[in-house]
Amino acid sequence: MLDTRTPLVEMNDISISFGGIRAVDRASIDLYPGEVVGLLGHNGAGKSTLIKILSGAYKRDSGSIKIDGRDAAINNPRDAKGYGIETIYQQLAVADNVDAAANLFLGREITTAIGTLDDAAMESKAREVMGRLNPNFRRFKEPVKALSGGQRQSVAIARAILFNARILIMDEPTAALGPQETAQVGDLIKQLKSDGIGIFLISHDIHDVFDLADRLVVMKNGQVVGTARTSDVTKDEVLGMIIAGKAPAGAVAGPGAVAD
Amino acid sequence: MADQHATLAAAHPSRFAQNPLQRFLIATELDTRLLGMVGALAIIWVGFHILSGGLFLTPRNLWNLSVQTASVAVMVTGMVLVIVTRNIDLSVGSILGLVGMVMGVMQTDILPVQMGLGFGHPLIWALSLGAGLAVGVGIGALQGSIIAYLKVPAFIVTLGGYLVWRGAAWWVTMGRTVAPMDPTFQLMGGGPSGSIGAFWSWVVAIVACAAIVLGLYFGRRQRLRFNFPLRPIWAEVSLAVIGCGLAIGAVWVANAYPWPRRIAEAFAEANGIAVPDGGLFISHGIAIPVLIALGVGVVMTFISTRTRFGRYVFAMGGNPEAAELAGINTRWVTVKIFMLMGALCAIAAAISSARLNAATNALGTLDELYVIAAAVIGGTSLAGGVGTIAGALLGALVMQSLQSGMVLMGLDSPLQSIVVGIVLVFAVWLDTLYRRNKN
Repeated sequence: MLDTRTPLVEMNDISISFGGIRAVDRASIDLYPGEVVGLLGHNGAGKSTLIKILSGAYKRDSGSIKIDGRDAAINNPRDAKGYGIETIYQQLAVADNVDAAANLFLGREITTAIGTLDDAAMESKAREVMGRLNPNFRRFKEPVKALSGGQRQSVAIARAILFNARILIMDEPTAALGPQETAQVGDLIKQLKSDGIGIFLISHDIHDVFDLADRLVVMKNGQVVGTARTSDVTKDEVLGMIIAGKAPAGAVAGPGAVAD
Repeated sequence: MADQHATLAAAHPSRFAQNPLQRFLIATELDTRLLGMVGALAIIWVGFHILSGGLFLTPRNLWNLSVQTASVAVMVTGMVLVIVTRNIDLSVGSILGLVGMVMGVMQTDILPVQMGLGFGHPLIWALSLGAGLAVGVGIGALQGSIIAYLKVPAFIVTLGGYLVWRGAAWWVTMGRTVAPMDPTFQLMGGGPSGSIGAFWSWVVAIVACAAIVLGLYFGRRQRLRFNFPLRPIWAEVSLAVIGCGLAIGAVWVANAYPWPRRIAEAFAEANGIAVPDGGLFISHGIAIPVLIALGVGVVMTFISTRTRFGRYVFAMGGNPEAAELAGINTRWVTVKIFMLMGALCAIAAAISSARLNAATNALGTLDELYVIAAAVIGGTSLAGGVGTIAGALLGALVMQSLQSGMVLMGLDSPLQSIVVGIVLVFAVWLDTLYRRNKN
């Protein structure tokens, strides 16, 4: 790598097993400030599992995580948030029975001087953030359950940017969205990137990744096949990495690469 | 753009409603489901009044109804939070029994005899209640920890608790009934001396009216501050009038129920008051257990809507994984819910045992079912995430109204159970229809 700065995130030799199956096997990835790293692979390739270790949802069996070059102890989602890691989950992790503002501030509510919830202040801030992200959003009083998939996803994304995340994990952020909303998310990612936020983008959609990511990491059977700058490889080569596990010339081969 | 957004947001949705009833409902932002329950309660009351030949809607019966509801009403406020998080507590009746027994033994034996305070010591009621609360919270903490940390389903843990605590209540005195209770403690059970009288009842009404008006005023100011849509002034005024009217009406009814003639005469004699010709009219006023239940209702509404803890309870009920991923310590919240439930059982136990003037090992039998039924009739969804304290309190009142109405009608006991069972199922079916249509 030409980049001599300290990586925002370094995950080294991460492994985790579930009931004897190695879901992630000695995987190493890194992320620099203002960079978007796409994480590609089939279902079950281990990309979501690897990223859930970073977000604190799973505890790794072995390996190390460094944030800003220092060892980080991440044992649960609260720890991860303490390091400025925010996650937008594939399964739209919002609390269904409370409204958008309550979701945005869940776990970090604004309180009044006497410690009670300041709903008006939260709703006001929510209107501001949602207005930036999705100006058509109007249904602030209703439980999130009543919203469409796209609206729910905007709530989840708003939630992440509201708290000035430094490291953003997006797990299939556009899977439930229409084309227009997908484009909005794309613009948003570019905006966040220019703010110096590092983003892990997990996706099935190779086109999305080529449009948005600076680098990509391909995983297969829990191992890293290879890492490449999006400018150094073609879509066909990346498809080859995903399907056959072959690292092309433009990529740095990982432990999961098939030898020719 | 920002200005346009603001003006759009500031228009209250009631402007767009056509029919006057609809406009009233939207403008006042009243919960239509809650209104439906009030309507159902009104039908039940009027129906029983006619069927019982004019016995139901009398100050005496309504006052008794309020006292009879108090114990279940206190517990149902906690059951809402338990059910909202997709748990259940089958042990509340047994906890009530055990705690009642512990408080009984405290005030009849341990404090006055073994610790030498003597009977009638002014601290006895407080220390007994404190001990009861400690036992209740402790039981809740134990059950909650097993549910949250050992991952045993709440149904099983509290089913076990149902047997354990009932057995423990028996074991405390080997089945002996403990009586009589401390005179101060007895005030928590109601009765002529356990009521606050006409003057203080009016004070409560005035405080309630002031709270309603201030609440509306501050709510409006808060909305103005953030430029949110405001309710029309006429809607605010109608809310204030309805709220204050209910408070004043309830106090008027409680004050219209006089002390029984003999007790009033004895009181007059003891205090040297001359008894007038028509007999002495001393108002009961609001009963202390009812005051306790109302206080618990206000506090629990505050906890569930205005604190982080309450917010987490509802977030967990909708999607436990999302709540966990948002960084909420869901296990600790679960333990706290059950501790709160235990404390409420202790308060209910104080009310029940003081009313009975005795602690028996059967105290609170079947209460768990009435509490759960009241919560469910009150709109708490067993699927989790949905429920209000006010609705559950109304549910408790509906249950108790059915019970006492049927007693007034002279309906046989087995028939009473059959009717209550059918009403429960019917009410939940209606609720299911309502929710389906709403979506």
